[in-house]
Amino acid sequence: MTEITSLSLYELIKNIKEKKISSNEVAKSFVDRSQKSKKLNAYVTENFEKCLKLSKEFDNKPNYDLKLPGIPIAVKDLFCTNEVRTTAGSNILNNFVPSYESTVTQNIWNEGGILLGKLNCDEFAMGSSNETSYFGNVQNPIAKDLVPGGSSGGSSSALAANLTPVTIGTDTGGSIRQPASFTGTVGLKPTYGSCSRYGIVAFASSLDQAGPMSKDVKDSSILLEVISSFDKKDSTSIDFKRNNYSSELTRNIKGIKIGIPKEYRVDGMPGEIENLWKKGIEYAKDCGAEIIDISLPHTSYALPTYYIVAPAEASSNLARYDGVKYGLRSSGESLIDMYEKTRSEGFGEEVKRRIMIGTYVLSSGYYDAYYLKAQKVRQLIKKDFDDAYNKVDAILTPSTPSSAFKIGEKSNDPVSMYLNDIFTVPVNLAGLPGISIPAGRDKNNYPLGLQIIGKPFDEQTVLNIAYSMEEKINYKNNITDWWME
Amino acid sequence: MTIDLKTVKHISKLARISLEEKKAEKLADDMNSIFEFIEKLNELKTENIEPLTSIAETTLRFREDKITSDNIREKILKNSPEKNDDFFVVPKVVE
Repeated sequence: MTEITSLSLYELIKNIKEKKISSNEVAKSFVDRSQKSKKLNAYVTENFEKCLKLSKEFDNKPNYDLKLPGIPIAVKDLFCTNEVRTTAGSNILNNFVPSYESTVTQNIWNEGGILLGKLNCDEFAMGSSNETSYFGNVQNPIAKDLVPGGSSGGSSSALAANLTPVTIGTDTGGSIRQPASFTGTVGLKPTYGSCSRYGIVAFASSLDQAGPMSKDVKDSSILLEVISSFDKKDSTSIDFKRNNYSSELTRNIKGIKIGIPKEYRVDGMPGEIENLWKKGIEYAKDCGAEIIDISLPHTSYALPTYYIVAPAEASSNLARYDGVKYGLRSSGESLIDMYEKTRSEGFGEEVKRRIMIGTYVLSSGYYDAYYLKAQKVRQLIKKDFDDAYNKVDAILTPSTPSSAFKIGEKSNDPVSMYLNDIFTVPVNLAGLPGISIPAGRDKNNYPLGLQIIGKPFDEQTVLNIAYSMEEKINYKNNITDWWME
Repeated sequence: MTIDLKTVKHISKLARISLEEKKAEKLADDMNSIFEFIEKLNELKTENIEPLTSIAETTLRFREDKITSDNIREKILKNSPEKNDDFFVVPKVVE
């Protein structure tokens, strides 16, 4: 049999249900491989011993009706986990041990999943390369000193390196789809309101959404089915009929209309990305889809809008870190002095930059010019999609304007870093579901992804198109284990 | 429009983040390059557009004002950097 760690989630579940392997064997394999992979720096907190213990308990009293029977899963360190340290990649939460569980992770444990560990990420999910994490850079298993993308960089790295069978990330402007694209894996951001935000460390509340990351499309459908739920504890959770995404998954997409937005042909886009997109269009046609040219006229305003809305919400959300109830405290002569020193020492440069931008755009005299203006443009961006969906069922674009870059290459230029999210940000602003699937390689042999964007609550169509195209593309990561000890 | 050092210092006060002089200069540069990029929005006329405040087109749900958790005082105090029996401790605010 092939190595346990290289099996898909679907295969692992099948083998466990058929009693060919035990949960403990699976847990041991992932723990062993994770322990030999410290050079990747994918984990912030390991839960290995507990995971092994719980896997044995599962084997002693197995329940094969569960959707994730005894499956070990490592998750992004932005999900609060009861009694397990949760840092959000920040010094200010370095010692924070939640006394409650996020709804999304609770859904996973309820279906038999077992926590393997907490994965590195950009600080408070603010970044596109995992370089803003207080816990250091993460290596992309594709090649040495390459960023794994961000903010869910520990998740994409651990997944591509076979340290976890699947994982979950969060996506505010592309933080699931961009790292998936950089590591040759699949990442899905569901419709806003699908997965509960309860217990996820907040970044920008009107944009944040949790979603699955996996080695193939089928695995994402299995995990989405588990994590997507209506939750009273999240005031923006939406009560809609959720599909059985994995059992309704089909490669029959004949006659489905896929839009190609001309505005995504941005200036200076590398020829490789253009070619990848063209190939993607051919694959979609081969699958039976009808290709239709569409226009999303306000696309170029999405990033400037995002860089007002997201920092504004972040500055408000991060006001809670004051050194009083939890987290880091620095000593100060007065209460205000303590606040200022705590926040100065506790937050990293990028987080401070965004809090400052957010505070500025919300400050007296500037609110209308920036925040209100951005909310109005956000309406126009959403309307672009509404109009397009009168003509098409889904939209196909590249996931990112380039492949993974080297560690340090863009960390000194915030604007060039922000441009990474040019194709993913509009999807968050409009609250839509979007998936990135690996679709080819660039001249360095680094993976490139294609993004499929769907109608609100139509994750099924997004998954079906991705599932069909995946078969035609037939992409396989060739990982050499160069980091193994 | 440019953001000067004085504005950066004022904003850092509002945000309760202490800033060293050197860092404030760097931050002013960064903020200016980011705002240069944001100014693009001024190309659009938006007088008659309704702002989009929430993507979830539902009215917020109400719940009864009832306690749903047990006595969790200890759990809440557990993560506090400084506590005194049942209270969070902060530097003296009243002389």
